[in-house]
Parts: sequence; C-alpha cells; structure tokens
Amino acid sequence: MREISTATLATRHEITPKLGYLLVLGAAFIWVVPFLWMIVAAFRPGAYGAIGMASILPDYIPTLANFAEAWASADFPRQTLNSAIIAFGILAVQMVTITLAGFAFARLEFPGKRVLFYVFLLQLMLAPVVLIVPNLQMIAKLGLYDTLLGVMAPYFASAFGTFLMRQAFNDIPRELEDAAMLDGANWWQRIRFIYVPLARPAFIAFGIVSVTSHWNEFIWPLMVINSPENRPLTVGLSAFTRGQEGAQAWGVIAAGTLFVIAPLAIGFLGFQRRFVNSFVSSGIK
Amino acid sequence: MTDIPIHEAMMAPRAAWKVAPVLSQIRWSGFLGYALLAPSLIFLGLFTYGPIAQLMADSLFVRKGIGAATEFAGLTNYKAVLADPSFHHALVNNVIFAVLTVVPSLVLSLFLAMALVHSTRVNSALRAVFFFPVLVPLVAAASLFLFVFLPGVGLIDHYLARFFVNPPNWLGNPDIALYSLIGVTIWKNAGYYMLFFLAGLQSVPPDAYEAAYLDGASPWQRLKYVTLPYLKPTIAFVAVISLLNIITQVDHVFVLTKGGPSESTSLVLFYIYQQAVESYDIGKASAATFISLLALLGITLTSLRTLERSFGGAA
Repeated sequence: MREISTATLATRHEITPKLGYLLVLGAAFIWVVPFLWMIVAAFRPGAYGAIGMASILPDYIPTLANFAEAWASADFPRQTLNSAIIAFGILAVQMVTITLAGFAFARLEFPGKRVLFYVFLLQLMLAPVVLIVPNLQMIAKLGLYDTLLGVMAPYFASAFGTFLMRQAFNDIPRELEDAAMLDGANWWQRIRFIYVPLARPAFIAFGIVSVTSHWNEFIWPLMVINSPENRPLTVGLSAFTRGQEGAQAWGVIAAGTLFVIAPLAIGFLGFQRRFVNSFVSSGIK
Repeated sequence: MTDIPIHEAMMAPRAAWKVAPVLSQIRWSGFLGYALLAPSLIFLGLFTYGPIAQLMADSLFVRKGIGAATEFAGLTNYKAVLADPSFHHALVNNVIFAVLTVVPSLVLSLFLAMALVHSTRVNSALRAVFFFPVLVPLVAAASLFLFVFLPGVGLIDHYLARFFVNPPNWLGNPDIALYSLIGVTIWKNAGYYMLFFLAGLQSVPPDAYEAAYLDGASPWQRLKYVTLPYLKPTIAFVAVISLLNIITQVDHVFVLTKGGPSESTSLVLFYIYQQAVESYDIGKASAATFISLLALLGITLTSLRTLERSFGGAA
C-alpha cells in the first residue's frame, strides 16, 4: 500500500507559491462552505421559508427543532440500520470471496489463470451500476426484488478486492508458507493463520472503501427497493428532501442531511489517515 | 504452489520416485485454484456476465403492447434509441459533462496536490477539507446544493448578489443547469484525485528538480519538463477513473434537476433509468445500456495497460 509520507523536495521552488497559497485557502473555503451552512442551518430556529437561511453565521440561539422534525418525518433509525446491513453484509461476503480468489491468483497455478484474470479485470470497468436494468431482471428472477439481499447480491464478488488481496498476498514471503507446509498445515490453515493475519492492513483498506461506497450508493437500491421500510439512508434522504423542498423547510433538510453524513464524518475524523491511505490504495471504488 | 513441490523434488535425492506425487500436487493445485475462484465466478456470472448476455438478447426484442409476448426485432431497439431525441440529448450532455468535468478536475487536483505536498499540520487539515466531500453520499451533497443553488435567497445568490445584479437561475436555466452539475461533480471528486497526485509526486526524484533548478528552468518549465513527465502514469490513471465516475455517478441529477429543464441535464444512465422505470421500455433501456457498455469497453481497452500497471500486472 502506498502511503503519503512526509513530502520530498518534489515541489520546492514550484509554481504554486507564485500562484499563491491564498488561492488554495480560497478554494478550501468554497469546499467547506456547504457543510458549514448545513451545520448552521440545522440549528437555526424558525426554519420555514428561505429568507435569511443563507447566512453561514450562527447569529441565533441554537435549537434542536429541525432535528426533531427531521427525525419525526422520516424513519432515520430504520434507514440507518438498512444501510448498515447492506454495507456490512456486502463486506462480510466480500471478505470471503476476495480472500479465496486473491489467494488463488497469488499462489496457485492452473490452466486459464490469465484468461480468468482478465475476466476479473474487465468487471472493474463494467461497473454493476451501469447494469442496473439487466441486474434488476436477474434479482427479480431470483425472487430478491424489494429485499436488502437483492441490493447486496451484485457486489458479493469484487474484482477490486481480489486484486488488492492478490497484491497483499504476493508481498508475503513464501518462506512462511513453506514452513507451515512442513509442519503439515493444509491450504485452509495456511490462509487462516498466515495470509489473513499478515494482510490485515489490506483488509482494513478494502473494508473502508467498500463500506463507504455501498453506504453512499443510490441508484441501485432505488431500483431494487420498493417498500419504504427497506430503504437505505440515501434513498430515504432523496425522498425526504423532495418532501421538505416543497415545504421550503431548508433547516429540516440540513438536519436530515447531517444525520446521513454524520456516521462517515465521525469515522473520518477518528481515522483520517486510515481513510486517506485506503482511498489511495483503492483507485477504483 | 506448484514451484514448491518442484523445488522440493529437485532438492530431494529421491526425486525420481517423487514424480507421481508432484504431478498430483499440480493437479490438486489446479483444482484448488478453480474451487477458490468459484464463489467469485458464480457472482460475476450471475451479476455481470450473465446479465450482459441477457442484455444483448433483450435489446434485440420488442414487446408489442402491454402484457404481449416479446418478438424478435433485430436492431429496432438500437434504431429507436439512436433516433430518440432524448437519448441524443443525454449523449451530448454526457460528452460535455465528461470533458468539462474531467479536464478541470485533473488540473485542479494536480494544483492542490502540488500546493499541499508538504506534510505540515495546516496542509494535512487542508487535504482533509478537500477530501471530505469524497466520503459524503452524492445524494446528500445534492441535498445541500439544492439550497446552495436556490434562486434569490440561496447560498450563492445571497453572497454573490453583492457583486452581480442578476444572478442566473443555476438549476432552472437550461443553458446553465448542466454547468451547475459540473461544479458539484468537481467539488465532490477533486479531493479524491488529489490523493493520487500526492502519491504520484512522491515518485518524482528530487535530483531531477535540483538539476532543472540549477539549469535555471523557470517554474513553468520545471512543471512541463520534470513534474508532468513523471506524473504521466498518474494522470492516465486519474483520467480513466474520473471518466468511469462520470458515466456511473449521476445521483445528483435525481435530486437536483431530474434531467431538466427540458432535458438539459439528462445523462445516459439517467436516461436508462427513465426508460426502464418510468417508461417500462426494457428494450430501449437495454439498447442504451449496451451502448454505454461499449463506451466503457472502449475506455477499458485504451487504458488496459494503465489499469494493469495499477493492479500489479497480469498473472
């Protein structure tokens, strides 16, 4: 896994100081303003109507009224649970499939290995999200329409995860495995007690990227899920936003959006380096 | 695993009578290989390759009337899609969207990476600021931008009204709405691409800079002749993933514009969704999906080497 280590001399005397650090600071302000507004607006009293809502200065006594209303008008706990089931359910199955496939590509020789490698590689590009229509038909055929399992199933195999694990397993010295073989360890014991523990950083990196991308996914669950009680947060939020937009309840929208963003934001604040390094190693989500 | 038994066989003086076990080891390794790939291959078959076959079949049939059986129709669906002005709009929009998102994103993320390459406390905080939108669901970002773009009283107009007399209707004006979506997309993803450039900049040898500096190269010359050549693989890689993102991430269209006004922000994947879910025209949706798959395939084939490099090369 590549890391962003301390900087090299790479950009000493480079252009950017001349263009101005100020530009970067200005851009950073633009980047952060929508979130700043979200927080200020979510605590702003008298949330109806849009006049005066735009101020990003907290010139008021904060209130939780917007949160209470958001909480009452959409089933956030249920949707959070659904999102969590989807994201962690996918991850649990992926952990098994990518470990086995990664080990096969890293350590075993068999005819057709190269062709199979390309079968996996191609899937990176034929992103499941483009296949929403035929995948939905398959889900319906399997009787999984309007179920959380139906949302999860297309992601159970992960080409990206397989390559990541292949890479991680390749980096583990073969001598360790040879030693275990002499001790009579079978293939499963070697995976379980040598490869998996030593590849922990790769698993964590993959886990972060996988959970984030499926927590955030929208179109596919929108296609598969019909009943409101099976909606994940993203689908719930879009329905919620549509309703509140009509009422011009911008403070309530800000509060609802805050509910959705909060879990990942807390994770990010706690494990910033891990998140960043995971995404660097991801390349393709 | 095969080389282990072979290696063993060469080491052992009793190599001759060990040949049979070695062969069976190889066979076992082959069998194990397929067995371990099987779970992944089953899911890939069920949800990528099977549906693609299904897709090709579906795109060749039409349903005559509600509830009627499907009939073989050859390329009718493709002709219908290609003749559909809505598809044209979506396709043209998608091309504009792609070019005007990918190029500025690349330039901006490279600029940010160069500015923030030194790991100081402030720079780490700034990197986090630029990266944070990457983690946020696109739908949630869109919910916020709904207010940012709100005419008259929204965030942009509230603050820019001091400078502009007549700010445009960011999402309501068909000439502008697509650019507003482009702005959201750049905001959302630039921090992600910045990470790759930050990593890529580590691979530029400091000596090369020193040499160029001592030779009196101007900053622009150093960018052109030192930095960019070393970053070529990173640029190619980021270009590929940003193109993929353009084709696959259209969630904000659903929240912000629903493809409007007058289809000015309809993108291909949104069109596919509309055909399938709102018009129940699976034939047309399938044909449009197949056309997008061809586009993805084109991107893949032109970038196969970039991808292989990123994933450590073929077996």
